[in-house]
Amino acid sequence: MTRKKKRLAVIGGGLAFLGLAAALTFYALGQRTSYFYMPGDLVAAELTPGQRIRLGGLVEKGTIERGQGTNVSFQVTDHENSVKVAYNGILPDLFREDQGVVTEGTFGTDGVFVADSVLAKHDENYMPREVADGLKAKGVWQEED
Amino acid sequence: MIVELGHFALVLAFALALVQSTVPLIGARSGNQRMMAVAGPVTIAGFVLTAFAFAVLTVSYIQSDFSVVNVWENSHSLKPMIYKVTGTWGNHEGSMLLWVLILAAFGALVTVFSGNLPATLRANVLAVQGMIGAAFFLFILATSNPFARLDPAPFEGRDLNPLLQDIGLAIHPPLLYLGYVGFSISFSFAVAALIDGKIDAAWARWVRPWTLAAWVFLTGGIAMGSYWAYYELGWGGFWFWDPVENASFLPWLSGTALLHSAIVMEKRSALKIWTLLLAILTFSLSLLGTFLVRSGVLTSVHAFATDPTRGVFILAILMVFIGGSLALFAIRAHLLTAGGLFQPISREGALVLNNLFLTTATATVLIGTLYPLLVEAVTGDKISVGPPFFNMTFGPLVVPLLAVVPFGPLLAWKRGDIAAVSQRLFFAFGIALLATLGAFVFIDRVSVFAALGIGLSVWLVAGAFTDLALKAGFGKVSPSVALSRLFGLPRSVFGTALAHAGLGLTTLGIVSVVTLETEKFTSMKPGETVQVADYTIRFDGISPFQGPNYTEDRGHFTFLNSAGRELGELFSSKRLYPARQMPTTEAGIRTRGLSQLYISLGDPTVDGGIVVRIWWKPLVLLIWLGGVLMMIGGTVSLLDRRLRIGAPAARRSAAVGEAKALPS
Repeated sequence: MTRKKKRLAVIGGGLAFLGLAAALTFYALGQRTSYFYMPGDLVAAELTPGQRIRLGGLVEKGTIERGQGTNVSFQVTDHENSVKVAYNGILPDLFREDQGVVTEGTFGTDGVFVADSVLAKHDENYMPREVADGLKAKGVWQEED
Repeated sequence: MIVELGHFALVLAFALALVQSTVPLIGARSGNQRMMAVAGPVTIAGFVLTAFAFAVLTVSYIQSDFSVVNVWENSHSLKPMIYKVTGTWGNHEGSMLLWVLILAAFGALVTVFSGNLPATLRANVLAVQGMIGAAFFLFILATSNPFARLDPAPFEGRDLNPLLQDIGLAIHPPLLYLGYVGFSISFSFAVAALIDGKIDAAWARWVRPWTLAAWVFLTGGIAMGSYWAYYELGWGGFWFWDPVENASFLPWLSGTALLHSAIVMEKRSALKIWTLLLAILTFSLSLLGTFLVRSGVLTSVHAFATDPTRGVFILAILMVFIGGSLALFAIRAHLLTAGGLFQPISREGALVLNNLFLTTATATVLIGTLYPLLVEAVTGDKISVGPPFFNMTFGPLVVPLLAVVPFGPLLAWKRGDIAAVSQRLFFAFGIALLATLGAFVFIDRVSVFAALGIGLSVWLVAGAFTDLALKAGFGKVSPSVALSRLFGLPRSVFGTALAHAGLGLTTLGIVSVVTLETEKFTSMKPGETVQVADYTIRFDGISPFQGPNYTEDRGHFTFLNSAGRELGELFSSKRLYPARQMPTTEAGIRTRGLSQLYISLGDPTVDGGIVVRIWWKPLVLLIWLGGVLMMIGGTVSLLDRRLRIGAPAARRSAAVGEAKALPS
């Protein structure tokens, strides 16, 4: 190989590698991201069965039910619509009624949202930003003192 | 009064930073020695003032002076003393003060250790440091004043977030900031070189120790943060690909690339422009990390209450420094001449490959982290990019990189022989192959990934030691000669081997936990047992416990081996901190060798039991011990003779050391 050919091979190899990495990244971005919805957005959302989404809102008062063993369910609300969420796991420490929450999972055939993660917050003053924005958009946001 | 003095010291430090960022720069442009000489004393004075301001805030915390808003919001008179001290930086204002304190300290260190630098380079470096300092002093004074007063002073404070009342707070943020801010030195050197339009191999020798030190601290900060989140959050995970974690991981990745490309520049005077660019990018990513964490623009499991208006300010700082330095780079980089030529198969070639992988990995993590922001800005949709994305992109990029790591240090400079190196690695490859087969036969016949991952980790460790053995000449000369040669090897060779071995151990820990851990999630009543891996766990009941500033319900567990013998007890509890009415989970952890048994307590069930989650995490400690070994490797390398003696005077002896370091 001449020097020029060698250099071309090296540059070509590098570019091919970067191209591969870019392709992988964009494929993964298309596949592995989940959209955020509030309960009221779900009517307009066109969800395919089994699509992973994140559902956020407030934990509706009086709806936390502990079932058999480790199962727990609660309603997530935006003060207009609410959705029942089933979860089999340990709820975060700061999970409380009337507090913001973000859950991730899929809808079951019975219309119950089966969450496999419930987002914790680390600070009692902290509200997940998506939930705060969503509540503000609906005009039901109350500034905390 | 003393609090006002602290505030005043901070204002003075800001004024001095303005002097530091202009006068020496003008001096360097016009060749005025006296103006350049201003940089040193001003930097030292700025450091003393910042240290004073920081000490004042610390004293306010120790004395529980609730007339200071910051202390009132984040402290409590009953809080144990250690958390009163560490609480100083357990909040936004205090942590930014720590940030500038470390920046000022690094500036002072550069001043002390830069006696042999050319005067203009020194003046420019300190001036750039001054600019960074001025920006952040202004940020603190304008948006995040830690010395604001409250009148009348309340009797009791609101307490520190209980999750932060942990020894982790004493270690993690200072280490992380030492890493973040340490990269500002490489940045300042890069910008100074661009201002000068001159750069040579000696430049790389001055910059490398600072980069290495920053990298060691950042490695420690990330490892400590990961372990802290692991035991404190009670979720049993060591890495969540969370934006805040990525924010610290990004400068680590590009800093690692910088560390390797600076070697090429120092030894072979090649890759100059690329190294400069990496130095700029690494600190830019550190700034980006500060922005992401402090502004709260991304939803994070590690996010604490944040204030968006501050985010805008940091964003402005970010744009000025990144934009400014990249513009300077675009204008001046062509002035720098290209250096030594090399064949693709060579030590330089291997390091370029390392850089290609690491920067591409940095780019994918960066894209995954910022993509949600971009989508929201363009379409208004709120999306999240989770662990599956990162596993799918970062994994395939890093595995091949790990596979070729052992080749790098064995290749000769300029023109290497891949066949000869493969032959030398035959032994290491054999061990790795045995480990793979052994793992497949004896540990887990189902998961091919586990076996291959374990093989890869062993390959890394064995490869690192092969390098040492070959350079000492084991097998070629008599063992006693080889042993004495081994001790005569440059410390940087040991550093490389230790750091690469640490990488192998971390990989082993991750592979082992991801593929081989067992988890039981169930509800238990007192007296019931569950089987987890080789252990039987018995739940003995719950009893109340009173801590200094919390109450807790403590779950008692006993664990037994398969023969039914009791091996010990462990406690897992739910705490309530009354000052904030905040509950936390304290995981119960027992270490067996390098593995851990991990119990997390949930809520009581309707039938009188309690929900528990129990993990057996094999070799989990290696994840962090590998990080510690990387830190040790970096530190050993930092102690290399070559880096301690004055660079220009050391050229000859360094050349001798280099010849000795080459295999055969």
